[in-house]
This record gives sequence, structure tokens and C-alpha cells, in this order.
Amino acid sequence: MSALNTGIADNHTYFELFGLTPQFNLDLAKLESNYRSIQSASHPDRFVTASPAEKLRSMQTATLANEAYQALKNPASRAQYLLALQGVDAIAETNTAMPADFLMQQMEWREAIDDARQAKNIDALDSLLAEIQQESRALQARLVDSIDDKKNLALATDATRKLIFIDKVCADIKQLIARLEE
Amino acid sequence: MALLQISEPGQSAAPHQHKLAVGIDLGTTNSLVATVRSGMSSVLIDDDGHALLPSVVRYLADGNVDVGYEAQAAQSIDPANTIVSAKRFMGRSLAEIDVSTQPYHFVENASGTEKQSASEKPFETKKMVRIQTRAGVKSAVEISAEILKSLKTRAEKSLGGELVGAVITVPAYFDDAQRQATKDAARLAGLNVLRLLNEPTAAAVAYGLDNNVAGTYVIYDLGGGTFDVSILKLSKGVFEVLSTNGDSALGGDDFDRRIFCWLLEQSHCKPLNANDTRLLLTKAREAKEWLTDHANAQITSVLSTGEVIDLTLSAKKFNELTQTLVAKTLNPTKKALRDADLSIDDIKGVVMVGGATRMPQIRLAVADFFKQTPLTNLDPDKVVALGAAIQANTLAGNKSDADLLLLDVIPLSLGLETMGGLVEKVIPRNSTLPIARAQEFTTFKDGQTAMSIHVLQGERELVSDCRSLAKFELRGIPPLVAGSARIRVTFTVDADGLLSVSAREMTTNIEANIVVKPSYGLSEEQILTMLQSSFGAAETDKQARALAEAKVEATSLILAIEAALQQDSALLTQSEIESILAALADLKTLSNGQDSQAIHQATEALNVATEAFAAKRMDASVSRALSGKSVESLDL
Repeated sequence: MSALNTGIADNHTYFELFGLTPQFNLDLAKLESNYRSIQSASHPDRFVTASPAEKLRSMQTATLANEAYQALKNPASRAQYLLALQGVDAIAETNTAMPADFLMQQMEWREAIDDARQAKNIDALDSLLAEIQQESRALQARLVDSIDDKKNLALATDATRKLIFIDKVCADIKQLIARLEE
Repeated sequence: MALLQISEPGQSAAPHQHKLAVGIDLGTTNSLVATVRSGMSSVLIDDDGHALLPSVVRYLADGNVDVGYEAQAAQSIDPANTIVSAKRFMGRSLAEIDVSTQPYHFVENASGTEKQSASEKPFETKKMVRIQTRAGVKSAVEISAEILKSLKTRAEKSLGGELVGAVITVPAYFDDAQRQATKDAARLAGLNVLRLLNEPTAAAVAYGLDNNVAGTYVIYDLGGGTFDVSILKLSKGVFEVLSTNGDSALGGDDFDRRIFCWLLEQSHCKPLNANDTRLLLTKAREAKEWLTDHANAQITSVLSTGEVIDLTLSAKKFNELTQTLVAKTLNPTKKALRDADLSIDDIKGVVMVGGATRMPQIRLAVADFFKQTPLTNLDPDKVVALGAAIQANTLAGNKSDADLLLLDVIPLSLGLETMGGLVEKVIPRNSTLPIARAQEFTTFKDGQTAMSIHVLQGERELVSDCRSLAKFELRGIPPLVAGSARIRVTFTVDADGLLSVSAREMTTNIEANIVVKPSYGLSEEQILTMLQSSFGAAETDKQARALAEAKVEATSLILAIEAALQQDSALLTQSEIESILAALADLKTLSNGQDSQAIHQATEALNVATEAFAAKRMDASVSRALSGKSVESLDL
């Protein structure tokens, strides 16, 4: 995860930027509230008539706050970031093995998506989306357990990779629905 | 360059003097200017009591320019020189415009080839379309500048002073080329742009502060030529855009066109000349507006050929003719909801913006879709300007407790052209601004010192399906073995939604020089030429102006730094303070002189000297905000 390494969080983590404990089970309300506080203090709109040096700092800080907020808000990227902080790259090339049952499920989902696309069945895609989002929530519960409680990196990495994968499938379904609706 | 209005360099501006700032709605059909006075936002009227300024510009034979009602009255008799709806041509090429009902003489500035891909040689910039008028070839930028000039004059007369700046609104769905064109128009008009503000967001500001109820709102903005739908979350003075979508070529004008086509069919008249086309389009618009409150519209007209048109259009027929247009607005609406992960149940209110939302069938369609009655208590023609004025007031520094924060998004994804005519997305749509992304490139030839990056905007995968924004040429890359250079290119989109690019070779830390070639815009040289021709070309004038500008820039920086030191010198060590004071003194001395080059250098030196100070101030400011204490405003 490339932090731009500029702005207030030079050598600080995204969690430190927002004053949050680094864990998967995040207080989202606090994240949002602290994000707003930082933007209130650093947003370019506050520096329209300021000196160029301050404008530059404002851009760097506000940009970083946006990047950090997005990274922590999304469960998949949050998990990936937490692992990165512990030196683990969840999507490294060497890490391509996926358990067979997960691969089977992926294939079933892909087939269902293709069928729905051919039949232009938006309702089927909507219910598939709901089903997959359910699976995502189950994975997230597992991540709270493995990253925060048991601190089991192997299990956490496994769950994270699945979550990232599922995130992508959901995004693809949404895009497909949007196209079919046109 | 910001032209700040300070009368004499050296004279310190009263820090708490009310700064004159306005909000401008540069609309397809009508434009407005508004300001905040005594805490109230209001639209400024002209000498005849009109709030709206028709966005019509007429180039006269005597070299003068009519803007507004006068120009509008002449559109049927002088259609080729009376430009209507120029906003539809901003940042656009001829190929993208429907010329069938346009009576203008379009000129394309391209060198002919329509190649999009940078890998094909040579890459030709396509250039924005222009119109041949009796006053020469004009682009939408110049035409819009005339409208902005007119509003600027109105505002300065009304407020009795020179403007510090203006917030100018743009459709949320405007891409980078269209936004840049708007900023260029403001520059030509002599306006300092405080911010380009998205129209739906401006409307939300006007409504939000009026109604003051937290929640998630949809802004449905159907103007003369553009459609935007934005979803915003309002809470405690923070307006956060969750998603935005739209169609920058769909608006009330298209409804006029449907009536126009129906008129041609029904009357079986011969093919029309330009005057008659404009005449019937005007009649069509009048009929549309009439049908808002009446069941039937009588359309009578005598063409230049002597043919008579006498038809009755019912509201029912009008709805039939325009049904698909209404449906066309619902697709972006659905997409915006999906992108924000929301359903209609999450929406607290739907706000109608833009004159075209007066049409009953639009209101019905929206009410039906969202299962709630839309909010219409603010005048749909004025609400955008009113919201822009509120933000202008805040940005100019008039509000001591800046409690209004607008977090807006980029409407379309930004991407790069890669091998095989594909686009790789770098910044996804609906990302909150400002945003930056870095991408690493390398060279493919030994000793390669230059590189070209083609940036596009859009959601599709092929270059040919996206809009070409610009070609960024990186020069001055240190010559290295092929493949060993690591060029980090950073794409930054600012709060105006405008892209800038910087590049650095990481192994040598050398910053590359970037030359921007916009695909559909005016180049910097073209703008400077236009600016100079409007000021007059005398060499001494140019030098005097350059000196005045350098002094103004220096003075505003001096004031800002002195205020900053007064507030936060405790953050600095004694030696840090001394080096800043030295640079300050240097600049003060030089800005009393006549050497604009030296003033620029000293200004730059002071900037550099205060970078670390700016960083510390920001850290302190953020810490204060996070610990819950109120953020003190920067006394500038």
C-alpha cells in the first residue's frame, strides 16, 4: 500500500493520523469524526488566500487524509493495511494458493453472474450481490478474530485475500448491473 | 496569477474589512451573480431590475458586444453572430456537437487527423471547436468570458468596489477540459477564481443552510444543457458528496428541440434557413414554458419564406415527445445511488435545481422514482448562485468561524493510456478531493530523456471510448540505461477538480519538466495572447503591469507571513524565526524597487523559507482539531 509519505503523517501510520488503535474492529464513527476534524483544519478551502507554502501543506495533508480515510474505511483495504504494517503482503505473487472450496465457490458465483448477464436478469444479480455481501460480513467477523484477538497472521492473510477477492466480485456485479440498466 | 485588489503596495489592507466576493452561476441558458451582505445571500440585479442574464452574446458590426436580453432579442435576425448556449461547446470538439439545429459557422482548429492514441504518430491535439463570427473566430471560452465580464461589471457597480474573487459554478459532471475552459474564461474576464464549485453542491449549500436538517439528500439538477445528479450527506456544517453522475449533454434545450422537430413534421415546411431555425427554436422554448402551467400551447409564427406555422401543442403530446428524455435522467440517478451504496429509503430529501425542473412531468417522474415529494421551496433558477455566494463569502475570509466544509468528488475516473489502446484507471470516480496517486514508469531506450503520458477521463476500457484530456510531456529525465530509470509520476486533482502532474526520477531525485498539451483546451500562449490583446500591446504597459503584479503578490505574501508569525512564532526556534525575518526584510526592500524579476525571486525565497513553518502550523492545527478544541482561524 503506497502511502505518499508526505504531510503530517511522515513516518506515521494511517491509524496514528486518526488517533485510532491499529485493529480491524474499528470504531467507524470515530474514524469519520476524526477524518472530518482533520479536513476542517487542512482542506484547501481554508487556505484560498494563504501563502503558497501553506497551500502546499494543505494539499498534502488533505490528500493524505483522504487516502488514509478510504484505506481504513473499506474492510478489505483496512485488513490489507494492517497486515502490511506487520510486514505481510496479502496479495504478493508468492501467495497465490487459494483453498479448493473457496475456488469452487468463486466458480459457482462466476457462472451465476454469466447466466444472469446472458438472461439480462438484474434481480438475480441483486440477490447474488446480497449473498456475496453476507459472505463478506462473515469473513470480516473472522478477521476480527484472527487479526485482533488471536493475532494469527496466517489465518488473517487467508481471510484478507478472500475478502479482497470478494470485494472485486461485488464491484464487477455492480458494474454489470449498471450496464444492464442502460 | 491571482490579481488581488490592493490599491498601493506597502499599504496594509485592514484585516477585518469585508472582502467583496461573489458567486457566479454561469448557466447554459441564464447566468447570475450573487453575494452575501449582512449575512444574507442575494442575487444582484441589473439596472432594469433583472436577476437573470441570458447567456447570449452578440458580436456587432461596430466591434461592440451585446450580452444578455439585448443579444437575445436579436438572435432570430442575426443568428450567425448571436451565440446561445455556448456552455455546450466548452471543452468540446466539433465531432461531439449536434450541429443539426445550430445556425453557427463552426470552425475546427484541428490539423485534421482524429487519432486518439499517443502511440500512433503524430498525435494531433484536437482543439476546442470555434465559431466564425463577424468579429473573428471565437471559442466558447471567449464567448463565456463576455458573459462573465458583464456579471463582474454588474457586481462591482452594485457593491461599489473591486472584487477579491468569485466562486464560479460548473456542472458536477463537467470533465477536466470543460472545467479548465471555465477557469480560462474567468481569467480572460479578469476574475480571480476562488473555487470552481459543482452546481449541485452549491444548491445543497443554499438548501442546507436554509433548512438546516442533517441527512442524505439527492440534488437533481436539470439545466438548459446539462444534467447532474449528486448525493450529499449533510451533517454539522459538513457537506460531503457521496457520489455524482449525470449527462453533460442533456438539458432543457433538448426538450425544445423535440418540439422544434415536431413543428417541422406537422407543418411540412421547406428546409429552414438559420434565421427561421432560431425563430422556431425560440417559439418551441416559449411553448415548453407555457405548458408548465397550461394544458395547451398555441404556436404561431411567420417564417421568412412567408409560410405560416399555426399549431397547438398539448401538454399530453409534449410529454409523449419528451418521455425518453425524462427517462434518460433516471439512469444516472440509479448509478449515483449504486455508487453510494444507497437505496431510495436512505434519502431524506430530493432537491430540484435548474429551470427545467419546473416541468410538471419532471417533478412527477422524480417524485415517483424516490417515492417522496421533491423540495422546491427555493427558486430553482437562483439557488445555485446563492449557494456559490455563500461559499465565496467563506473562502474570501469574511467568516471568522469557518463552519462550512465542502467535500466534493471527481465525477469521472482518470486513467492512462497503456499498450494496445487500453486505459488503466489511476483515480477512480467519486474519489473525494483533493486526491493524489503516484505511478512508476521506466524508460525503454538507453539515454531516453523524455516521455509522453496520455491522460484520459471516463469509465470505459478502451482509449477510443474515453475522453482524451491532455498529453503530458516529461522532459529532462536524466539519461540512464533503458529500464533502470524509476520515474515517479504523481497525478493530483485539486478541489476544483483539475488535474496537475509532476514527475521525479527516483534514483537521481531529479524533477522532470512537464509540458502540458491539452486536447481540447487553449494553450497558455493562446490565453496570454488574448489577455494582452485586451489590455493593449504597448511594451511599457506590459512591463508596468508585470511590476504591479509582482508587487501585489509580494505584499500579500508579506502580510500572510507576518500574521502567521504573530500567531505561531512559538512553534519556531530563534534561528528559524531569524531566517524568515531576513527573507521578509529582503522582499520588503525589493518590492519598493522597480525590478519585477528580483521581486519574484525574493518572493520565491520567502516561500521556501517558510515551508517548514507551514508544516508545523498545519501539524498544530490538526492536533488541535483532533483533540476537540476549536480550530482557530488563520488570521490572514
